[in-house]
Amino acid sequence: MYRDLKWKIPLILAVVLGSVLLAYPLKEKISLGLDLQGGMHLLLEVKVEKAVEASLERLADDIKRDIFDDDLELDRIKAIYEDRRVNVRMVDKLDLPPVKKILDDYPFFSLVSEDSDGLGLVYQLSADHVEQIEQNAVSQGLETIRNRVDQFGVSEPTIQVQGERRILVQLPGIKDPERAINLIGKTARLEFKLLDEEHSLEQALSGNVPEDSEILYQRVVDKETGAVTKEPFLIRKRTVLTGETLTGAEVRFDSDFNEPYVSLTFNSVGAMIFQQVTRENIKKRLAIVLDGNVYSAPVIQDEIAGGRAQVTGGFTSAEARDLAIVLRAGALPAPVVILENRTVGPSLGKDSIDKGFTSIIYGSLLVVVFIIFYYRWSGVIAVTALFLNIVLLAGALAYFGAALTLPGIAGIILTVGMAIDANVLIFERIREEVRIGKTVRAAIDAGFSKAFRTIVDANITTFIAAVVLFQFGTGPIKGFAITLCIGIAASMFTAVFVSRTIFDATMSQRKLDKLSI
Amino acid sequence: MKIINSDTHFDFMGKIKMTMTISGLVILIGLGSVALSGGLKYGIDFAGGTLIQLQFKTPPDIEVIRDGLKTISLGESTIQEFGSKRDILIRIQRSEEKLEAVGSKVRNSLGGKFNKEDITIERVEMVGPKVGRDLREKALLSILYAIIGIVIYISWRFELQYAVAAIIALVHDVLVTLGAFSILDKEFTLVIIAAFLAIIGYSLNDTIVVFDRIRENLRRRGKNTLVQSVNASINQTLSRTLLTSGTTLMVVVALFFFGGEIIHDFSFALLVGILVGTYSSIFIASAFLVYWDSRH
Repeated sequence: MYRDLKWKIPLILAVVLGSVLLAYPLKEKISLGLDLQGGMHLLLEVKVEKAVEASLERLADDIKRDIFDDDLELDRIKAIYEDRRVNVRMVDKLDLPPVKKILDDYPFFSLVSEDSDGLGLVYQLSADHVEQIEQNAVSQGLETIRNRVDQFGVSEPTIQVQGERRILVQLPGIKDPERAINLIGKTARLEFKLLDEEHSLEQALSGNVPEDSEILYQRVVDKETGAVTKEPFLIRKRTVLTGETLTGAEVRFDSDFNEPYVSLTFNSVGAMIFQQVTRENIKKRLAIVLDGNVYSAPVIQDEIAGGRAQVTGGFTSAEARDLAIVLRAGALPAPVVILENRTVGPSLGKDSIDKGFTSIIYGSLLVVVFIIFYYRWSGVIAVTALFLNIVLLAGALAYFGAALTLPGIAGIILTVGMAIDANVLIFERIREEVRIGKTVRAAIDAGFSKAFRTIVDANITTFIAAVVLFQFGTGPIKGFAITLCIGIAASMFTAVFVSRTIFDATMSQRKLDKLSI
Repeated sequence: MKIINSDTHFDFMGKIKMTMTISGLVILIGLGSVALSGGLKYGIDFAGGTLIQLQFKTPPDIEVIRDGLKTISLGESTIQEFGSKRDILIRIQRSEEKLEAVGSKVRNSLGGKFNKEDITIERVEMVGPKVGRDLREKALLSILYAIIGIVIYISWRFELQYAVAAIIALVHDVLVTLGAFSILDKEFTLVIIAAFLAIIGYSLNDTIVVFDRIRENLRRRGKNTLVQSVNASINQTLSRTLLTSGTTLMVVVALFFFGGEIIHDFSFALLVGILVGTYSSIFIASAFLVYWDSRH
């Protein structure tokens, strides 16, 4: 049987060497979880229904234009959000058939009912189309966020869809988490809208808002006192131009006051529209609206060709830089809300690592001293096996690319405590066999083989619990489950196979009459 | 070296009336405490809410922090020291779905009372109510799945009554730990669920070692009664049981004292769980086997 040593020893050396190669140097090979290196974990929910609503409005606008193009007289067209429907009402009954004809070009709309007075039609968006809009909102949202994060400059971010409408963003080692939240979460819907200068703002404020207009506010920050006031504007609902036609956004500095502003560049379509709008509305005011807030509302002095505009608004240069980033990366197709945010500062993370390793060292030291004291030479073998266990654990963590978390460190510690169990089981069994008078060789054989089944049964149940934990867990918990799983698997190898081989190797060198156990 | 004599003959099964009573009482007290405090105390992982950990340069006055927080109307909040006098943990029941950065909002609110530069935001955790509900569901399911998986495995390797006995023992361990958490007013978080699953794993590990020996002894029991075989098995594995619990406790104690505040409750759960798990493999799991046998 000692002939087995010829392959066992090289195998063990190979496994250990492989683990060392995988895990060395530790700092580069084993990635740390967000809780240890500091960073931000964000779970966002995409408000997909907003994308559906926006798309319903857009379609209603398209239908309206088609009706005008056909010289039909529209009473009004209204989007009904809850049912994903539009209600088209005409002035003349005779216009309904041609409207139906127009709607034939919108295959995802189906006629659900006619108004009882015979003047209106109700169309509903098909469920398939709604789902498609929702899916697009999530996937485009993901792309947009990825673009923004890339421009923000974070190393190794994780950005992925979770479930149907959730996006997970993990930014390790981030220095300014709140700025990142602003950058990621901003919808950044940029719109150019004309001011309603025909109606009075005062009347609108007292509740009499004209149907085609709305009141939007501009935040004005007093530079001296820091007080924020809101200035109302009466603005036409119709959007003349959106951020979709942007090709670029950069931070520039005003030459007079050295104030930062964001300079926008439009593509040819956007440039054309912008030129037309400015030509037709000279001396009128055009509001620049971002996510429903007015940033500025300059008077159009002249027709603007070349497709350039600028957003001013008393920014700090960091704000201007972030605004440029979000505008360049594009708007989110639907707003997002934060469902979960876990942010750990770098100093707390470092503190956790230090404390985790301190406890590993103290805990292991206690175990090592105790086991050697208790089992003597056999204890040294068990400790060797334990040490190799940790080496294998490090190698496996590096191999699977699993991040080490604080609960993961706890998992390692628990593994240290439990891995020794396999050796305890074996050694106690060997002692029993020695007591009933077996020779050293026979006692070792019997001890290992009898304890083996127990070890397997006991470890598999713990393994089941750990696997379930891995399936269910998020982030740090996964780290705990992984180290526990790997630790159990590794302990089977080290405590049983490796320590057996060491026993055999010792016995092959000299014949033992008495076992140091 | 030996701690336990290799030749012990303790009559463990003779003590089960007493231990059952003690266990029953402990669990009752624990459940009573849970009932009195109106259910388990969920942390923000399960209840939703916001948690902010701040570090001050010098120990702050908690009352002053409380006054500062009032200015930003965050709703109900608790403020406590976290590990040291300089570290402060603020829990807010509400979770902020909006993009407002609650961390800096809190820091700003304290700006008048403290030097803002002296406050570091160490940690911000916000869990929305929806996610909290999801996590709670998942946590319960995970414990359930773990138990099902284990029952199947043990029934396959042993017999059904062993599986039932093992489950009773681990439910016992979980209930006792749960009660300890409730009495000490500790919170249930995701990490604590992880600790519970680890306890389940550990408790079983221990139980199975004893069962394995019982099964082995029953095969060649001769004239011995079941009670005698069970007693003999526990005695034979006693030194192993105590040694393993001992080494595991050593490391968990190290974790408890040196691991830092964040995993303090986690290591506390493990500490309790391992002690109870060792006890239950002898007095609950094995005792149930004897009980089962007396009924069949």
